[in-house]
Amino acid sequence: MGKIEWAMWANEQALASGLILLTGGIVGVAGQFRGWQFAAYAVAAGVFVCLLEYPRSKRSKGTSVERTGQYCFTVCVKAFGPLTRNYYVRAFLHAAICVPGGFMLSTVLGCVCLGIASLIYLVAAIRGEHWEPILPRKEVRKPVTESIKNPPQNPPPRPPAEMRRKRVDDLEGAAYDNPISVTDD
Amino acid sequence: MRGSCCELVLNMGNWIINNGLTAFILVVWMAINIFLFVWFYFFYDLGERYFYTRHLLGCCGRSVRKQLDKNLSFHKLVAYMIALMTAVHMIAHLLNVEWYNNSRQGIYDELSTALSNLEDGENTTYLNPIRITNLDPQQIPTYFVFTTIAGLTGVIITLALILIITSSMEVIRRSYFEVFWYTHHLFIIFFAGLVFHGAGRIVRRQQDEPPHNSTFCKDRPADWGRIPECPIPQFTGGFPQTWMYVIGPMVLYICERLLRFIRYMQAVTYRRIVMRPSKVLELQLVKNGFKMEVGQYVFLNCPAISQLEWHPFTMTSAPEEDFFSVHIRSAGDWTDKLIDIMQNLPEGAQGPKMGVDGPFGTASEDVFDYEVSMLVGAGIGVTPFASILKSIWYKFKDSNPKLRTRKIYFYWLCRETHAFEWFADLLQVLEKEMEERGMGDFLTYKLYLTRWDQSHADHVMVHSDQDKDVITGLKQKTYYGRPAWDKEFEQVRKENPTSVVGTFLCGPEALAKVLAKKCAKYSDVDPRKTKFYFNKENF
Repeated sequence: MGKIEWAMWANEQALASGLILLTGGIVGVAGQFRGWQFAAYAVAAGVFVCLLEYPRSKRSKGTSVERTGQYCFTVCVKAFGPLTRNYYVRAFLHAAICVPGGFMLSTVLGCVCLGIASLIYLVAAIRGEHWEPILPRKEVRKPVTESIKNPPQNPPPRPPAEMRRKRVDDLEGAAYDNPISVTDD
Repeated sequence: MRGSCCELVLNMGNWIINNGLTAFILVVWMAINIFLFVWFYFFYDLGERYFYTRHLLGCCGRSVRKQLDKNLSFHKLVAYMIALMTAVHMIAHLLNVEWYNNSRQGIYDELSTALSNLEDGENTTYLNPIRITNLDPQQIPTYFVFTTIAGLTGVIITLALILIITSSMEVIRRSYFEVFWYTHHLFIIFFAGLVFHGAGRIVRRQQDEPPHNSTFCKDRPADWGRIPECPIPQFTGGFPQTWMYVIGPMVLYICERLLRFIRYMQAVTYRRIVMRPSKVLELQLVKNGFKMEVGQYVFLNCPAISQLEWHPFTMTSAPEEDFFSVHIRSAGDWTDKLIDIMQNLPEGAQGPKMGVDGPFGTASEDVFDYEVSMLVGAGIGVTPFASILKSIWYKFKDSNPKLRTRKIYFYWLCRETHAFEWFADLLQVLEKEMEERGMGDFLTYKLYLTRWDQSHADHVMVHSDQDKDVITGLKQKTYYGRPAWDKEFEQVRKENPTSVVGTFLCGPEALAKVLAKKCAKYSDVDPRKTKFYFNKENF
C-alpha cells in the first residue's frame, strides 16, 4: 500500500459525510425534531463541507480526474491559500465541525462519518500530502530556438573540395558567393 | 371497544395515509426490488445460482470474463439499491424514533400516552420500544439507538456500508486497489449485523390473546383492565426474518472461499520458468488433477508476495499439453514483485509456493467446429488465442476427429508488439512446423500494427525486399494501420468458395459490431456458397 494517497479517500469520505450530514439535517428540520436547531446547523455544515470537498486535489503521481464542473470550486478553494492546502487544518476543521452533529440522532451518522474523514485526513497530513488545485494546462509554445535563424552559411551546392579547403593564407579569396540566399530575408 | 390494531400503529397508519405518495413510491421501489430479485435470480438460472450470490457478495465464479463484467455491473446495481434502501430505511426510522419519543413524553393524545405507558412487566407487554423518560428528551433517541440491538447494529452496518462505498469509488478502486479490497471485507460486518438487526424484536404487534377490540377500546384508555371488553392489550415482537434471505448466499460464499482454500493447499510444481522479452514471465505449472479447456483463466496467489491477493491470468497452453502455462506481464506491484523473484532464482530451482484457483470461464468448443476459421485477436485479447492455436495444431497433428478445421485465418491487431514477442515466437514455431509437414497453407496470419510512425515506415521500406518480416521475424508480413475488413472477407470468400466460415473475436465491442456486420454482408444466401458466422465469444 506504499503508493496510496490517503487524501483521495479522505476526500471521498468527507464528501459523503457532507451529504449525510445534510440529509440528516434536512430530516431533522423538516420533521421538526427535538433539537432541530442542531439539524439546521447540520444543513449549513453539510453544505459547507460539500463545497470544500467537491474539488479534487491534483495527485502527486498519476493522472488526476476532475469532478464534473469543479473548476469554479477549485478557484474558490484555492483562494484560501494555506488554509485549504494544508491537510492538518482540514483534519481539525472536520473534527470541529462534526461535534455538534453528535447532539441529535438524525445527525449522528454524519458526525461519525465526518470524524472518520477527519482521521484519514490526519493520516494524509502526517504523510506529507497537501491539496493542489487542478488547473487547465496552459499551452506553452516552445520558443523558436536560435539555431533556426542561422542556417548553415554554406549549404550545397558547394564548390569542389579543393576550393573548400581552408586557404588560411588567402581568406578573402576563399570566400565565394552563394548562388541562392541562405537567410530568411 | 375491540379492534385489531392499536392506536400507535394507527398513528403510523395515519402517517402512511397522509404521506400516501411517499409510501406509494416506497412500495413501488420495493416491488421493483423484489421484481429485480426474482428476475435476476431466474435470469441466472437455478443451476447457476452461484452467479447471483457471487454478484451480491462480490465474487465471480465459474463465469466468463464478459460474464464477470456483467456480474460486476449487477453487483454495483445491487450495491446502489442497498445504499438507497438503507437511506430510506434510516430516514423512516429516524422519524419513527422521534415520534415514539414524543409519544413516550406524553405530548400526543391520551391514547398514545396510554399505549406508551404500557410496561414490559409480568402482566403487561410494552408497545413503545422507548422505555425511559428520565433523560434529556433530546438525547433519548440517541440513547435508545445506541442501547438497542437494532439501533446499534443499524449504526455499525450503515457505517460499514458507507466506508465500503467511499472506498469503491472508481478513483480509489483504480489507483489504490488495496484500500478498496481490504475495506470491502467490511461486508462481513455488514451481513453479520444485518442478520442480528431484528433480534431485539422492537417492531411490535398486538396479540390475539387477550381479546381487545381496538376499534371499541381506543376511546377508553382509562378503562383498560377495568372493563371486560378491554383487557390490557398484549404485544409481541416480530420474528426476525432477514437471515432467511441472506443465509443461502452466505453459505454459498463460504463454500466458495473454502474451495479456494482447498485448491490453494494443493501442490503446484513449476515445470519451467522462462523470462520472455519485454518483461514477460512465462510459468509452466503442473497440478494434480487439473483439467483445462481452451481460453480459460486461473487465479494465482503467491503468499511470498501477498497473502490475500489473487490475480486472474488467461492460460496460454493447450489442453493437450501435460502442463498449463500463463504469460505474466509487468503491470503493477504484484506482477513486478513476482518477476523480480523469478529473475533472482538460481538455475533449475523451484519457484515460490503458488496457489492456483480455477480454471474458470466457459470453454469455447465452437472454435473447432468450423471448416474455415477467422480468428481475430486485438491487443491483450490475443492471449487466449495462444491456447486456441496450439490446441488446433495439436488436434490437427493427431487427426483428432473433433477438429473440423481445415484452414485458419488469424488476424492479430495491436498497437505494438511490445510484450507480445512471445506470441510472435509461438507463431514462428507453428509456421516452421507447418512448413515441415508441407502444410504451409493451414494457417494464414496477418499482423496489424495500429500504432506506427515514420521511423517504422522507413525501416520497413529499407528492408522490404527481405523474405522475413522485420518486426516479427515471421514469413508473413506486417501491415500498418487497421485491417480493411472488406478486403479480408473478400479474400477469404474467394479462397473458400463453398465453406462455412466461423469468425471469433477477442477484443473491443466496437470491433465486434464491425465484424458482425461484415459477416452478414459477405454471407451468401446460396447454401453452396460461403457463409460467415460471427461468434460472440467471451474469452
